[in-house]
Amino acid sequence: MGKAPKKRSLADKVRKTKTSTEIKNNPFEVKINRKKFDVLGRKSKHDVGLPGVSRSKAITKRKETLLKEYKQKGKSSKFIDRRFGEYDTKMAPEDKILQRFAMERQRTHEKKDVYNLNEEEELTHYGQSLAEMEKFNDLVNSDDETEEKGLLSAELTASHFGGGGGLLKKKTPGEPEAEGSQRAKSRQELIEELIQKSRQEKRERQVQKEEAQELTEKLDQEWRSIQALMVKKTPKAADADKKEEKPKVDEYDMMVRELGFEMKAQPSEKMKTPEELAKEEREKLQKLEADRLRRMMGDEGGASTQSQIHMSADDLNDGFILDKHDKKTLAYQDGKWNIDEEQQGDEDEGGDDEDQESEEEEENNEEGEEEEEEEEDDDEEEEEKGSSDEEDGHSDLDSEEGSENEERNEEEEEEEEETSAKAKTSLTKEELKAQQEAAKAELPYTFAAPESYEGLKDLLHGHTPDNQRLIVARTQKCNHPSLAVGNKLKLQKLFGFLLEYIGELASRSPPELATVDKLIPELYTLCQMFPDAACKAMQGILGDAAHSMEEVIEVKGHATFPTLDTFVYLKVTALLFPTSDFRHPVTTPAMLLISQTLTKCPVRSLQDLASGLLLCCLAVEYVSFSKRFFPELITFLTGTLHLAVQDKSSLGYTVVPPFRPSGKYSDLLVPSDSESWKSWSKKSLPLSATQNLDLKTDPEIDEHRLMCLSTCLDLVKRCCLLYKDLTSFTHIFQPTRELLSKHLSSQTLPGPLQELHSSILEIIGDAPATHSRLVFDKKKPIPLKLLTPKIVEVLDYGKKRGSTREDKEKERLKHKYKKEFKGAVREIRKDSRFLAREKLTEVMNRDAERKRKVKELFGSLATQEGEWKALKRKKRK
Amino acid sequence: MLSTGYPNVAPVNMAPTRKRIVSSEKTTNQSVKKAKIDLSSTVERILESKKHANDVFDVLEVLQSEKEKDVISAVEACSTLFCSLLERKDLFMGKLPEEEEALSGGYSAEEKFRIFMRHRYKNSVEILLDHLSHELHTIKESALCCLIKFATAEGQHPLENLDWSEHYSFPRELIQAVVDNLLSKTADNSLLISRFQEFLEMDDLRYYVMSSIRENVGRVMEQNKGAVMPIYQNNVFTLMSSISVPNEESELSNFMVKQDAKQKDWKAAKLNEHKRTFERMWLGFLKYKLPSSMYKRILVILHDSILPHMSKPTLMIDFLTAAYDVGGAISLLALNGLFVLIHQHNLDYPDFYKKLYNLLEPSVFHVKYRARFFHLANIFLSSSHLPVYLVAAFAKRLARLALTAPPTALLIVLPFIYNLIRRHPSSRVLIHKPDAENDAVEDPYLMEEKDPAQCRALDSSLWEIKTLQRHYHPDVAKAAMLINTPLSDQEDDISEVLETTAHELMEKDLKQSQIKSVPLEFETATHLLKGGGDVLGQHFCLV
Repeated sequence: MGKAPKKRSLADKVRKTKTSTEIKNNPFEVKINRKKFDVLGRKSKHDVGLPGVSRSKAITKRKETLLKEYKQKGKSSKFIDRRFGEYDTKMAPEDKILQRFAMERQRTHEKKDVYNLNEEEELTHYGQSLAEMEKFNDLVNSDDETEEKGLLSAELTASHFGGGGGLLKKKTPGEPEAEGSQRAKSRQELIEELIQKSRQEKRERQVQKEEAQELTEKLDQEWRSIQALMVKKTPKAADADKKEEKPKVDEYDMMVRELGFEMKAQPSEKMKTPEELAKEEREKLQKLEADRLRRMMGDEGGASTQSQIHMSADDLNDGFILDKHDKKTLAYQDGKWNIDEEQQGDEDEGGDDEDQESEEEEENNEEGEEEEEEEEDDDEEEEEKGSSDEEDGHSDLDSEEGSENEERNEEEEEEEEETSAKAKTSLTKEELKAQQEAAKAELPYTFAAPESYEGLKDLLHGHTPDNQRLIVARTQKCNHPSLAVGNKLKLQKLFGFLLEYIGELASRSPPELATVDKLIPELYTLCQMFPDAACKAMQGILGDAAHSMEEVIEVKGHATFPTLDTFVYLKVTALLFPTSDFRHPVTTPAMLLISQTLTKCPVRSLQDLASGLLLCCLAVEYVSFSKRFFPELITFLTGTLHLAVQDKSSLGYTVVPPFRPSGKYSDLLVPSDSESWKSWSKKSLPLSATQNLDLKTDPEIDEHRLMCLSTCLDLVKRCCLLYKDLTSFTHIFQPTRELLSKHLSSQTLPGPLQELHSSILEIIGDAPATHSRLVFDKKKPIPLKLLTPKIVEVLDYGKKRGSTREDKEKERLKHKYKKEFKGAVREIRKDSRFLAREKLTEVMNRDAERKRKVKELFGSLATQEGEWKALKRKKRK
Repeated sequence: MLSTGYPNVAPVNMAPTRKRIVSSEKTTNQSVKKAKIDLSSTVERILESKKHANDVFDVLEVLQSEKEKDVISAVEACSTLFCSLLERKDLFMGKLPEEEEALSGGYSAEEKFRIFMRHRYKNSVEILLDHLSHELHTIKESALCCLIKFATAEGQHPLENLDWSEHYSFPRELIQAVVDNLLSKTADNSLLISRFQEFLEMDDLRYYVMSSIRENVGRVMEQNKGAVMPIYQNNVFTLMSSISVPNEESELSNFMVKQDAKQKDWKAAKLNEHKRTFERMWLGFLKYKLPSSMYKRILVILHDSILPHMSKPTLMIDFLTAAYDVGGAISLLALNGLFVLIHQHNLDYPDFYKKLYNLLEPSVFHVKYRARFFHLANIFLSSSHLPVYLVAAFAKRLARLALTAPPTALLIVLPFIYNLIRRHPSSRVLIHKPDAENDAVEDPYLMEEKDPAQCRALDSSLWEIKTLQRHYHPDVAKAAMLINTPLSDQEDDISEVLETTAHELMEKDLKQSQIKSVPLEFETATHLLKGGGDVLGQHFCLV
């Protein structure tokens, strides 16, 4: 192996001997890869290659890895270098050494430490022993000197060169001179000089410092005088100075401020005439209506970004919505007043006061604003009260100065004007007035938003329905999202709680529906503010109701009618969300719930019937605008009419479940005494009739039956009108017609019902029975094939087009795989070539060795022979 | 304690009422003592020596006590006592002589003891059988378990002589008695029967139970002259429906009683015998008039737990055709059985489609078995050899009925109709008749016509689907919209929608995660009853 280094390849030699720049400049080493196309601005890594260098690199690498492995082949023992970080190429050698040293130290330390009690480890700082450092006296005494150490030395050197004279010092000293002086002075002199200089320096610095302090003090005093300008109270000491300066500043200030305020002022919209308002309103409604129609048709396209509905000015009953806009107009008004005030103040008093005045005023107005927010909803009622009344209302603000009071009045007057401009007032105002006055006496104006359902219940407990509404309204206003960060969440929760509360009110016995009724506007407002949260809450409620019913149905096959709260929820859904949409996340499930109830709940009592009719009313309301077809509604109404048929022997129609042609509950609407029907007048059914009825006498029951029947007939009539245009109208209402004409003749019915009866039959009879046959929609004619070439704008040259992202990715991976595969094959080939070469050299080495030895042997033999022959010759001689 | 010997006992036991006559005094006296008696030690004593044989009366008395705990412990004691006696062969074998006879007759003391014990065993079995109709379920259950233990023990150590070669030892009488008691005429025994079901895993027991049921049903129904007995028949049905015969003969391996040599010839070891008994049992049951709810329950399980286990399923034809003719839900259910017979056993059913056509009533969409019905109807109507008029009649009738259907049903019916039209392209005129486009016609379809050939469905169009395009549910409306354009070639897969419930349909809308922005009602809500055309406000008031 001794010869191995000699047999180094040429490239290796080159690499070893020459530096990289040398290699790169050598034209024999460099291979330039020819480019097919020269693209401007593209940088390629591979335009120049150094084949020799890379080859030698590859060979050394192989030698390190492959060759070693080859040599180790067939050997069971192995040499492993366990030195720390020996094979870690990422580690710098210094680090390695450090680490090794640290480990070594640690090892010895640990060993020692077991017995070594007193001796502590030597602590160092920057490699110097701390103990050593402590021995030296610190030369640096004062911190002043340490700070300016560098400076001092610089000056000192300068003085050195300058020769030390005070005058000379200012000149830039010449070098030769300095050299000369330096040479002239002895060392002792030098040191003395140095000391002197430094003392002088010190003195000078002290003087400077004193001066600076004086200056700061002066500045402080001046600042105080300026500060006095800002703060109202002028310090007595600076008073005299200021009076001189003042007039100038004042005028200028005035101008600037005025200008500033004018800049801030934005033109408010001019007061609109009632006609304009009406027109605007109508346009808005038209736009909304168009939107509704579009959704009804189920068009998915179009901007569905429906902004929250803007309250029109005459929407007083749903409260006040705080807008940024309002604030701005107020600010504008403030600004105006402020300027007026200022001008006044200018005349009366010194301009000094005015600054403060305006500041105070602003604060004041802000407070007023807040107050305003709270009060706005009461404006309606307050309007007619005298101004004294109003001042009472604001009594908590009365601690302000008198002049402000006036302003406030002004403010309020403007407010009043605004509100009076807001068109009509509600009708019930007069009646409510007394109540609300009483309520105001006890109700606070601010409420914290309840954090839990219990909280809400406590809040509303024991209040009249009107007060409850007021409380909710105020809670909502006090926690308007624009006022604080967490308010949005609070109000969203409040909506959920309110829904729950409504449900509870409806399920109480007797149901407190009056309160529910009052709370509807609040719910509506909240819903408008947070559509998503409202949607979620409502969906949850409907989903739960449907789920519980589904469970019962799975077990029994049918269910009982739900309780009143479900009906209330369904109605509230219709109030809050549009029922005419083709698909709506809330109303579509609600309709399914109605359908499920109407088909799966058998009617077993008059309560059930009332529930069913209530649902039918809701169903009619749901589809009244969109005129969508609701099969369950018709079947339920037909079934209800069937309940009133006396003779159920021969039916010309089929009854759809949950109704049965005959049975225990199929005579629910058959009157016990048909004579009592004659004297009957229409009344409304109470909602509580769906839960419990206490009808004792037969006439009472009969009356109730008639009410149900009249409701049913009216609903049938409405349905007839709704579905008049449907192609299968006659078939849909065929059972109803059969029933009304043959089994439930109008003679037995009381007067008003007879009318309904005949009008229904008339509508059904009038409907057209003939329809044109069904055909497919006409297809759009397929356009002829055009022969003009398809021109596509190419934006990405050189890239494959017309493939999706996945395809591209796949293609890329394939390509990569191919490249890698080729590379691997090439590497393997090179490896085997290397190995073969290695083996060959081994064999050749061996052979050479053998030859050498043989030669040696031959040589020795030859010498031996020669010697022997020589000896022989000697002997012969 | 009875201190007297055997003679004293005799009158007590031989009472024909099967109840021990014990004077009231005695009961009160002894009931106090009973509580103190450690039954297990008593049993041990009896088993130890014959001297204490009289203590067995104590056990039997406790067995009849009122207290639940006492009874249960007594039942356990009984089972250990008599099982070990049976094992020791300490019970008299062969024909049991009367007790008095035994005393007088020339039996040895040993034999007398055995006869005595055999009589006590008989008593205890009678008491246990009585307990099967006890009010408390725990007592019933323990009595049943005990009786089964007796049966097992008896099977292994038969009480009869086994000389007769053709006789297989099986406690047939005991099983018959148990079955008779299980099938009570007055009480619903379904709980107990479900417990009994566990024992029916044993193949021989099941075999004998089946024949016992057949015997019992025949006897009881004859007594009642074939009148409907809901409770009894319910019990019978519960027991019978819990029986299922294995499919392979090799599966018959779990025997309660092992017959040594004659195993192979034993009827209980043959699958064919099982099937035959099973079949006879069911036919015997179905022969009589059943309550209508029972029909439904039978028909529900008929196709997959009865028909496959019968040796000749075609014997069910009479029952099925009768059920198919009943109408309503029962007919719908009978379809399934009929399908199996038609499909696998070559049943030729005249006017099958006509009857199927007449099954289509509005109630089809509302019954529980809707999914099953449409699944089968889909299969029946999948034949491409059906005449067009028939297919058109079905499509038209379904469309007409769809006018009363809930959305879940509509989502089945609409694809169903479309599939019909796809399979029979000539029925496409129902949705596309371009020649007569302009002249308006009245619907010529006759809904009342029973015969699909006469109903003129082919002359009609599916205007009903046109109507359903205005359905309130978006999915239904979209499905109905499909008739506006030519239908795609691919058939819709109905099986996916067959089981959808209203709630699932609702979930689709409720669970939509990304709601862009929820549209809101822009008309301000003021009152609960206002809005939406004021329908609610007109008919209802708040209070």
